[in-house]
Amino acid sequence: MSAKNKDGENSTGEVIWVSGPVVKARGMRHFRMLELVFAGKDRLVGELIELDGDVGTIQIYEDTSGMRPGEPVKGTGNPLSVELGPGLIGRTFDGIQRPLERLREQTGDFIRRGTQVPRLDREQRWDFEPRLEENTDVAGGEILGVVQETPMVEHRILVPPGTRGRLTSIAAAGSYTVEDAIATVTHEKGETTLHMYHNWEVRRPRPVRERLRTAAPLVTGQRVIDVFFPLVKGGVAAIPGGFGTGKTVIQHNLAKWCDAHIIIYIGCGERGNEMTDVLNEFPELRDPRSGNSLMDRTILIANTSNMPVAAREASIYTGVTLAEYFRDMGYHVAVMADSTSRWAEALREISGRLEEMPAEEGFPAYLASQLAEFYERGGHVRSLCNNEGSVSIIGSVSPPGGDFSEPVTQHTKRFVRAFWALDKELASARFFPAINPQTSYSEYVDAVLPWWQDETGEAVGRYLEQARAILRAYQKLQQIVRLIGEDALPDEQKMTLLSARLIREGFLQQSAFDPVDMFAFPLKQARMLRAILRFCDMGRVLVKKGVPVYRVRELSSFGSLMRMKASIENEKTEEILKLQGQVEEEMHRLAREAQISEEELGTEIRSQETGGKEEGGEAEKGLEERADQMMEEHTKADLYQEAKQHDIKGRSSMTKEELAESLAREREEDREKS
Amino acid sequence: MNMGQREYIGISRAKGPLAFVEGIRDVGFNERVEMTLPDGRLLQGRVLEISTELAVVEVFAGTGGLDLSSVRLRFAGRPFQIPVHDQMLGRVFNGLCEPLDGGPAPVSKTMRDVGGQPLNPVARAYPRNFIQTGISTIDGMNTLIRGQKLPIFSGSGLPHNELASQIIRQANIGGGEDFALVFAAIGVKHDVARMFQDVFEEGGVTEKVVMFLNLADDPSIERILTPRTALTLAEYLAFDRGLHVLVVMTDMNNYGEALREVATAKGEIPSRKGFPGYLYSDLASIYERAGRIRDKKGSITQLPMLTMPNDDITHPIPDLTGYITEGQIVLDRDLHKKGIYPPINPLPSLSRLMDAGIGSGKTREDHEHLSSQLYAAYSQVRQVERLASIIGEEELSEVDRSYLSFGQEFEKEFIAQRPDENRTMEETLDRGWERLAVLPRSELTRVSEAEIEKYLNKR
Ligand SMILES: Nc1ncnc2c1ncn2[C@@H]1O[C@H](COP(=O)(O)OP(=O)(O)OP(=O)(O)O)[C@@H](O)[C@H]1O
Ligand SMILES: [Mg+2]
Repeated sequence: MSAKNKDGENSTGEVIWVSGPVVKARGMRHFRMLELVFAGKDRLVGELIELDGDVGTIQIYEDTSGMRPGEPVKGTGNPLSVELGPGLIGRTFDGIQRPLERLREQTGDFIRRGTQVPRLDREQRWDFEPRLEENTDVAGGEILGVVQETPMVEHRILVPPGTRGRLTSIAAAGSYTVEDAIATVTHEKGETTLHMYHNWEVRRPRPVRERLRTAAPLVTGQRVIDVFFPLVKGGVAAIPGGFGTGKTVIQHNLAKWCDAHIIIYIGCGERGNEMTDVLNEFPELRDPRSGNSLMDRTILIANTSNMPVAAREASIYTGVTLAEYFRDMGYHVAVMADSTSRWAEALREISGRLEEMPAEEGFPAYLASQLAEFYERGGHVRSLCNNEGSVSIIGSVSPPGGDFSEPVTQHTKRFVRAFWALDKELASARFFPAINPQTSYSEYVDAVLPWWQDETGEAVGRYLEQARAILRAYQKLQQIVRLIGEDALPDEQKMTLLSARLIREGFLQQSAFDPVDMFAFPLKQARMLRAILRFCDMGRVLVKKGVPVYRVRELSSFGSLMRMKASIENEKTEEILKLQGQVEEEMHRLAREAQISEEELGTEIRSQETGGKEEGGEAEKGLEERADQMMEEHTKADLYQEAKQHDIKGRSSMTKEELAESLAREREEDREKS
Repeated sequence: MNMGQREYIGISRAKGPLAFVEGIRDVGFNERVEMTLPDGRLLQGRVLEISTELAVVEVFAGTGGLDLSSVRLRFAGRPFQIPVHDQMLGRVFNGLCEPLDGGPAPVSKTMRDVGGQPLNPVARAYPRNFIQTGISTIDGMNTLIRGQKLPIFSGSGLPHNELASQIIRQANIGGGEDFALVFAAIGVKHDVARMFQDVFEEGGVTEKVVMFLNLADDPSIERILTPRTALTLAEYLAFDRGLHVLVVMTDMNNYGEALREVATAKGEIPSRKGFPGYLYSDLASIYERAGRIRDKKGSITQLPMLTMPNDDITHPIPDLTGYITEGQIVLDRDLHKKGIYPPINPLPSLSRLMDAGIGSGKTREDHEHLSSQLYAAYSQVRQVERLASIIGEEELSEVDRSYLSFGQEFEKEFIAQRPDENRTMEETLDRGWERLAVLPRSELTRVSEAEIEKYLNKR
């Protein structure tokens, strides 16, 4: 894909209009759409995004201050491309793949415009080991040889897609720079010299042999994700949430702990310090599976919010193209894009300067199709060289005012299959990850259950169903609790609240900063959930048989279950089994005290285990009952005051009954909104 | 190409803050323009858009009273720059860096573009040293870190200025090393600016303060430049002179409105509430000029203030600010009405850099857990209060009642403090534990047994 048209270099246009990152030029007839250009006397990098007769519109990836009409625009003959070869891992690049460390060496701490640096290091030598023999037929995507780029990554040097012929020469094992010729392919049209790197345009998805169905989860070590809202290798997910709800922390956690081979982290229009954080932390952190430094599998793309906005638009494509390249070698790659909203806003800004007809909230009409194209680049595939690989994409979404009805969230929702909705209320109570179990979903849940069974030998599917039922019941009870207080509930419902608390605080809540809790292996997750559910099941039976809930609450195993996430390490899951043993022992003791026979306890529990779903229904009944009770216990004036607080329309003409009803409905809606 | 200055006479059209100039050549985007009026008055502007036929010039003082045909324009051949020098400490300037204190115009061999340049993310050093402000809700629950950008979200009539001046008086900005204060007034009233001046004088730090004042009756478009001028000097002081600089900017809401005024005059397609679609990037180009640089001594800590229109945190200015800054300190009208000063509501407040700056060896080992516990407990208080307002306090369970008394004590003894009360970190944390004592032990799930033993039981 290297320079197709050397003459392209010579075509020259002339700047006629400058407004921020958008420049118009004339004399552009011989340029191609999406061609990379150098604009102005400072040779700023830009891309030709519109061509109308002789006049072209260019988006410029650098600050255009000082650019004047009359300055030249030079073509390159090539579209915006990245260089793919050894020297990517562990580096930080800007939105158009300029290595930021090299930029700093050249221009100091602040980024100067018009600085040209090679994208891949031209001096560094790599130990190349050939994997093909001379005089074999080769085609694009085949592995020519390998370079051990980092202790974690064997970089497989690929024949560029589109190249086909007879391999007439290949370099012997030895050390080479990326520019040294390492192979020659002969075909009808002549000879092609291959290097350890090739170019690929960022806006063109790389070809694959076939797309595969996915079944293996992308294990993230985050319990609420892995168990409740899983992602698969090759899957696509979005994390929408208002500011400070924890998107970046989740993205960083995934980048640290997920079981992908390669991580591409795109800081798209976000904070500089968040990049620094990764750069400081990752080299020190060890991959829990291989023990290697996490930086040895990570590539950073940084277009922070103060860097040029057009490069923000490009950064997403640059990142996903690098991901596809490693996928084609046969790796599982995870792409984190934080935040896709900034990318969408970059589109909007450019579109606005072009005075295009806006659709919703000033975004261009093509927002949805661009989002679709981006997420479409995720997937699990068989590559041209017959290896399996995948690109998983996790995009943050930053809705204005935290309101999910805005266009970027809504369109994204159409294209992703896991949706981790962050909740302001949870975040402000410092309940992290603030993933709202009601509004989040994953379409991959069923697909990964067999994997859980194989991996842990635990019936995670059943646990999940039970846990969900408890959480659903909890949600419904919450509405009543808000009206009449927890104390007024019968003990059985209090037991449901206690169970939910155990699941929420003991399982779902997970600290990103606690050295033990920050990452949980699947076996730990499964066993934790089982132990917790054991407590819930047995406790419920006992309470049903008349044991007061506070006795259950006082058991010492309750506290231990609450704390096990941070007190029991990944490698010591047998301690969770022991803890479960303690739960059972204590429960049996309670049963004996209450004169409940072992047998009775046993049968009840077995019927519980399969009957998770009933709990929701029971709570629903509870809701009606409670509403009635509320009617009895409160004067109409009380209810009216409440209705007024909620600004319920028509409240002054409502009966007491109607007031109670609409209040209940209001709460439901409130919750759904949040 | 002629890089020198070019002069023209007359503009063809004016609209709000914009002047349209035809028949010019060799003028660049974002170039500085000086306009001289027949009476000798000098106006400053910059080029917002340029084509072969036309330059659109943003005039900072507005175009009111401008006589189109007689104005003389001089294009400077470069963007808006200011001289930077440490002798500017102790001085007062307007938003364009012209002296307001009767002193001479600043001179320096070093001129800097007010737009600044993006700091290379790999050049940043991660902020990790806390600044003690002596205010419990900040130090204990939303610790300020040197190099952080931490705005104060307020509402009209709330005591954000008092809070800011208390922070200025009490904060150990330099932590023993040399420091400076840069104050940018953006469209605020005279008495506000005066109040800050008094604070600096009383604190005896005037020599370490530079003020850039754009007051309520000053030209509104100058507000677009004011924070940039201030930050340009701050960057010089921090990264060329090695000072720890605290930049106080108030009120960012006025900044946003000035930006909207220009966008509207240009006829740009608005996004939310009439603000331009690039408001996020524009605000980021201000807020991201905070931080530290690897191998350099100084730092820039930003304390921007903004009043939320109608106390609405989802309004574009606070909303986008929250998306850029490293947390926020949120003032609360209900607390204010209860007579609590400072009325900082910890729940929506946040310091994102806190984790790296606290703990053993920095503040105290129990800090993280304690603060998380206080959050959880206070958020429970708010829920119990809601419930109590429906069923009455008498109907509450014992645990819930203990939350109510925790809430009252917490607001009175932890959040509230005198405007001249400077608490040590130790005292703040101890006060936190004292408040937790009224809750049943079983409610304290965010702190460890050992911490309970050490900090709670020993009392
Ligand atoms: N899992 C977690 N454990 C502990 N603290 C967390 C966790 N997740 C988030 N937080 C806290 O919440 C703060 C905000 O999180 P984060 O920076 O990820 O928000 P965000 O959604 O990315 O916000 P923005 O949109 O403004 O970038 C963090 O600084 C941290 O204090
Ligand atoms: Mg973030």
